[in-house]
Amino acid sequence: MTIAVSILPEQQLAALNAAYRQAVARKRLRLFAGAVLFIAALILAAIGAEVNLRTLFAYFGNFVSYFDRILTLDSGQRVWTDPGEWLWGWYKWLKLLGETLLISYVGTLIGAVCAFCLNFFAAENTSPAPWLRFTVRRLLEFARTVPGIVFALIFVMAFGLGPMAGVLAIAIHSTGALGKLFAEIVENADMKPVEGVRSTGASWLSCMRFAVLPQVSAGYVSYALLRFEINVRESSVMGFVGAGGIGQELVVAIRKFYYSDVSAILLMIVVTIFIIDITTGWLRARLFGKDARS
Amino acid sequence: MKELERPDTAALRAKYPDAFERPAAARLATPAMIVAALAVFMFGLHDLGFEPAKFIAGLKQLGWITMMMIPPDPGTSLPLYLKALGETLSIALLGTTLAATLALPVSLLAARNIVPPNIIRFPVRRFLDSIRGVDTLIWALVWINVVGLGPFAGVLAIMVSDFGALGKLFSEAIEAADKKQVEGIRASGGSALHEIRFGLMPQVLPVIAGQVLYFIESNTRSASIIGIVGAGGIGLQLAEQIRVLEWQKVSFLVLMILVAVAAIDFISGKLRFAIIGRRAVT
Repeated sequence: MTIAVSILPEQQLAALNAAYRQAVARKRLRLFAGAVLFIAALILAAIGAEVNLRTLFAYFGNFVSYFDRILTLDSGQRVWTDPGEWLWGWYKWLKLLGETLLISYVGTLIGAVCAFCLNFFAAENTSPAPWLRFTVRRLLEFARTVPGIVFALIFVMAFGLGPMAGVLAIAIHSTGALGKLFAEIVENADMKPVEGVRSTGASWLSCMRFAVLPQVSAGYVSYALLRFEINVRESSVMGFVGAGGIGQELVVAIRKFYYSDVSAILLMIVVTIFIIDITTGWLRARLFGKDARS
Repeated sequence: MKELERPDTAALRAKYPDAFERPAAARLATPAMIVAALAVFMFGLHDLGFEPAKFIAGLKQLGWITMMMIPPDPGTSLPLYLKALGETLSIALLGTTLAATLALPVSLLAARNIVPPNIIRFPVRRFLDSIRGVDTLIWALVWINVVGLGPFAGVLAIMVSDFGALGKLFSEAIEAADKKQVEGIRASGGSALHEIRFGLMPQVLPVIAGQVLYFIESNTRSASIIGIVGAGGIGLQLAEQIRVLEWQKVSFLVLMILVAVAAIDFISGKLRFAIIGRRAVT
């Protein structure tokens, strides 16, 4: 069955088309100007970052063959043909991985406790004084903007080489990040219970303990678990600057071209991170139900 | 006055034990968890070599270092530092752009509504996950082995590690897109590519643009540290000055990073709202 579709007369159509083109042209011009600006910025950036495409093409084969090399044993065989030889240092590496996990655990816990102590002062609805809130907020901002590894570099100078510097660096960075998130949860809390507790003549401390804390503690634990996940990643590189964990071993293997060791350590790190991600995900789902903030 | 019959509490208690007293397991769960967490914590402190004397000595040292940092002073190397900062910003911008360009096609492969068969989607997702599992600093070390020291290695490191993260985020954005537009294109006779270009992209692009801007922001932070392993940018200067104990320069460099991050934060926040309106970016 064919249906006749009525077409507007020529003049009417021309006018409509012109209006449409004009509207689209303006949009296109804006898009074009934006694209030109963006490409100019990219070219500037490419000059600034000394991007040399010739180097990239010349050496891109190296990148591919690097993975070929790290997957080859000294004997010339593929690594998975001889797992015993590949993972020869598994005991040492597992111990270092354990240290990495401990660093992130202890760091996260210290950070979470510090953030817990500070966040009531940083939240708008519970802070006892504006100047206190301002100070605490700036402090938290500073702690989370300075990258953790910069703290680690400075702490290695102060506390000496070793995991202690890594723990403290992670603790400070977590305090900043968690303090902000915790304060946001508190700002979203219902204030009526606080009024109720307040009307009985309770002090500020009791208000926080009996009115705010029961509402927010689940969110706190959820965020702290999430932070732990992130910190495991971060503490795996703390060893690069001498702050403990598996990073030290990895950086030595990469710098000294112990190819198969690199892949073995990377494999162990990635598997550990997978396991931690899955476990904390499961724990969060179990503790707070499916719809917990992720 | 009729006296109310007193309920038989003993019988009720026997019938509904949970209403009168929480079961022992529920009451003990929280304290047990806290005790276990504390035990691991104490073990960790011991195992990682925390000693009060060492800690206090370190704090003293840290206090001394902080005193040495004031006031921040670049000495005569301000032009050098500004150039390094420019390098850092370039690394962040280029790395993120390249990562987004590469991640877009791959994310289509990882999205359920584009590629239904699990057999393709699953490996692509695991691949992205493993790239994400390796830290940017590790990628930087690998690329330094390939293209040599310098900011170019930093660009490539940011590109690879963000490729994993953006691929995952993009595919989630694509999965959240509305199916009706796609069906409309198919109904009017469009091919599979038309469906993606005209049905999907108009919905997904604003979300993606927001995410890319957010990543440029957070990569300014990452780019400022990959110099520590030798991949260019301001981190190189920072690590050097820390090693030679020039604390005034260190504090100046840290301040520079903070200011740059705040500035990029501000600009990209404005751009983000201009592109996607006042919606939350996730």
